[in-house]
Amino acid sequence: MFAWFFRLGSPKHVYRIAGRFLPWTGGLFLLLLISGLYYSFSAPPDYQQGESYRIIFVHVPAAWMSMFIYMVMALAGGVGLVWKMKMADMVASAAAPIGAAFTLLALVTGSFWGKPMWGTWWVWDARLTSELILLFLYLGFIALQAAIEDTRTAARAGAILALVGVINIPIIHYSVEWWYTLHQPATITKMDTPSIHISMLIPLLLMAGAFKVFFAHVLLIRTRTEILRREQKTGWVQELFKK
Amino acid sequence: MSVSEFFHMGGYALYVWSSYGLTTVVMIALYLFAKRDQQQIKQQIARRVARSGSET
Repeated sequence: MFAWFFRLGSPKHVYRIAGRFLPWTGGLFLLLLISGLYYSFSAPPDYQQGESYRIIFVHVPAAWMSMFIYMVMALAGGVGLVWKMKMADMVASAAAPIGAAFTLLALVTGSFWGKPMWGTWWVWDARLTSELILLFLYLGFIALQAAIEDTRTAARAGAILALVGVINIPIIHYSVEWWYTLHQPATITKMDTPSIHISMLIPLLLMAGAFKVFFAHVLLIRTRTEILRREQKTGWVQELFKK
Repeated sequence: MSVSEFFHMGGYALYVWSSYGLTTVVMIALYLFAKRDQQQIKQQIARRVARSGSET
């Protein structure tokens, strides 16, 4: 157990393992994406929203990712903070830009859905506002890390910001119940059975899987880059580049 | 569903295809930026290693 934990903290080890995972995450992503897209467009139209509801297959997975990546980032930041694990700090900084991109996607695709269905691109609804705050949390994390020269101080400051911001995650999730406004309530993640037909649930889950594997893939690449950047003076990295 | 019906999206073509298009662009950009960053640091390290190798 401790040997495993120790190896997880070793950048050299993680660099090698991450490299070995890449072909698998890449292949699995393409498989999930192609099948997800196929079912996204072969599912029947919605009885109320017609064809416009197909935006759900990119909007909801993007929104889920925006929250999932935030939790990964905050958790990694927390581990780095408590156990002074450099490897965890690297994962946190590698995750942040991906999370920011998915948050932006959730907001903009939501806007493209809101315009034809609600008649407006944007409202200061609780769900939309809390998701916008999430984007600012990501941008704040990225800006804070970029502004601090010392790597360890930057990691610590970023982790504290990320951990404080975790409070926003349940707010996003429950916003549609606490403030019942314009955004429709959850159809999948609720206690009783999901109120979505199986023909629409399958593409949604496939696309969500595709997005998650895509995140894993890009996170592995970015973490490896971060390892090289921070460890470039060490012997093992120098050894990698000797011919 | 015919091809023209497919692209028409029941009148919601603009919204549906903008959403899928933007998602595609953002995901490709995330991937390419990640690859480019890695390429840059690799070249940087390779140059430094080559230089220190020729000095000794």
